[in-house]
Amino acid sequence: MLPPEGTAMGRTLAEKVWDDHVVRRAEGEPDLLFIDLHLIHEVTSPQAFEGLRAAGRPVRRTDLTIATEDHNTPTLDIDKPIADPVSRNQIETLRKNCAEFGVRLHSLGDREQGVVHVVGPQLGLTQPGTTVVCGDSHTSTHGAFGALAFGIGTSQVEHVLATQTLPMAPFRTMAVTVEGELPEGVTAKDLILAVIAQIGTGGGQGYVIEYRGSAIEKLSMEARMTICNMSIEAGARAGMIAPDATTFAYLEGRDHAPQGEDWDAAVAYWKTLRTDEDAAFDHEVVIDAAALSPFVTWGTNPGQGAPLSAAVPDPASFADDSERQAAEKALDYMGLTAGTPLREVAVDTVFVGSCTNGRIEDLRAAAEVIKGRKVADGVRMLVVPGSARVGLQAVDEGLDQVFTAAGAEWRHAGCSMCLGMNPDQLAPGERSASTSNRNFEGRQGKGGRTHLVSPRVAAATAVVGTLASPADLARSDSTAPTTEV
Amino acid sequence: MEAFTTHTGRAVPLRRSNVDTDQIIPAHWLKKITRNGFEDGLFEAWRKDPEFVLNRPERQGASVLVAGPDFGTGSSREHAAWALQNYGFKAVISSRYADIFRGNSLKNGLLTVVLPQPVVERLWEITEADPTAEITVDLVNRRVTAGDGEKAVDEPFELDDNTRWRLLEGLDDISLSLRNETDIAAFEARRPAFKPVTQAL
Repeated sequence: MLPPEGTAMGRTLAEKVWDDHVVRRAEGEPDLLFIDLHLIHEVTSPQAFEGLRAAGRPVRRTDLTIATEDHNTPTLDIDKPIADPVSRNQIETLRKNCAEFGVRLHSLGDREQGVVHVVGPQLGLTQPGTTVVCGDSHTSTHGAFGALAFGIGTSQVEHVLATQTLPMAPFRTMAVTVEGELPEGVTAKDLILAVIAQIGTGGGQGYVIEYRGSAIEKLSMEARMTICNMSIEAGARAGMIAPDATTFAYLEGRDHAPQGEDWDAAVAYWKTLRTDEDAAFDHEVVIDAAALSPFVTWGTNPGQGAPLSAAVPDPASFADDSERQAAEKALDYMGLTAGTPLREVAVDTVFVGSCTNGRIEDLRAAAEVIKGRKVADGVRMLVVPGSARVGLQAVDEGLDQVFTAAGAEWRHAGCSMCLGMNPDQLAPGERSASTSNRNFEGRQGKGGRTHLVSPRVAAATAVVGTLASPADLARSDSTAPTTEV
Repeated sequence: MEAFTTHTGRAVPLRRSNVDTDQIIPAHWLKKITRNGFEDGLFEAWRKDPEFVLNRPERQGASVLVAGPDFGTGSSREHAAWALQNYGFKAVISSRYADIFRGNSLKNGLLTVVLPQPVVERLWEITEADPTAEITVDLVNRRVTAGDGEKAVDEPFELDDNTRWRLLEGLDDISLSLRNETDIAAFEARRPAFKPVTQAL
């Protein structure tokens, strides 16, 4: 229904959160937005603190800032000094900066240490209707709570430290509506990989995406975080999901969640954070959940993906010149031949972890698949909790035992093999099935080849040795007696 | 920030799409804590190949990068903009950039110009045919010119007035925002009590 004459059109969730944070709006200038939560880590902050020091500026709101160590940190021997002197220097620089400027820091060994995008939500700091920034592109993760969360560069990190604001260019809005039921065994990771393959790595450029529809509403917070996390892989500025009872239940009782009257006031506000029925999106994409299946990437950008049941595509099948050339380069780098069934691609390493899939539910999903089975000969499997607290919870649940019994390595929390900044790396030519977010050339180590997968596919792949889904295991289990004859 | 008005220089044609920031500067370079010294890490993996365009003798000293679509995707690392600048690039031309990379570049005075892909193709043709051909990126008039004769490029580009003004003047964003101290303080005063804080005040 159209709004009565004289009233404004309805607003989207993203527009509501944006409007509630405008400090200053002036013709010909970008809006100046207030930032509710600033997350810091060691890699993108040293030059920002140095800038503050040079200008003699303090951190304006230490009470809205929190830091952790994640990208450089080793996942073994965390009680020993970091072996790489350059990594150690960067970590020590963060510690000095946080001490000097009064920023709360969770260091290696602390139970709240971990991947910055796992730490914020588990502390209850990431809340609906907040603006969240971090010098890390996967800040989009926090949009799962109905927060407007952007990855920023180091100049912007310094800007937020100094002013608690950011001048932000206007955005466009996109709805990705997913209706229906996800088939058994198909997860949030499969869904977001399929979305990125459909809209492309530049398809979200300039947009804030809102994921909505019945299939999204049924997802847990962990699954919603996986989806919003990879919005950046579609080029989007942010991804969001409207807060609902699932969100409130996740937050209630967490360390930094509001309490008492504040909780009631917060929930009353959070309930207003839904896209109005008469609001218009600039672009809409509709996905049929029932049509999805386990999805994996074959190339060197996250848009180069296909259902696990498909084969490596023929570059000649791409109509667009630059896509065809990109596919040719990707197959060459990945050492793949067009037409090879993806299920026949053998891997050396399986990585379960990262800000995409390093939360407790992800570890449970992988454990469920691998329980009672063995990692295939010649395959190395690393399981890395997203935070120390997730790791402790997994140990409480006995998941670490499930993984080690299967022959996998159980590690301490950190970014680990998602990116080549710490000792966990692929060797040149090695191939991985990885629950992380980027399959770029060399991302997991120089010359390494990455296939992005869900935790369930990762675990099944570890058992089979080639890209596989849990359904393949069930088939091989039931045929096992026959093949033994 | 260094001001940008107009720049003329030779080009590096980079016929690749989806050049992510992991390619521009690999992660192991990100352990440095300075804003300079990243030039040797620029396109590090591809530079191992002597035939890679950046290694060609005729491209030495070039200062305008002409890249394929979706340049700068992936990681938010500002080191990508620093690496391009440290190497000597003053401007990048592409038909589409990742948002964060573009924002980072413009905050450092590395002008990222958007031109339609057919124009990028013409710039590739001009600068591949003649490595000494220069490209002029004129921010004052918001135009890119290159080559002469029938194939010459003389195209306008868009950049919002506010960003253009900050670049032309080489202005510091933080100082500009701090001019709005009254507005920031007023916003902080009306921020609801239920909003999260990381530590007690």
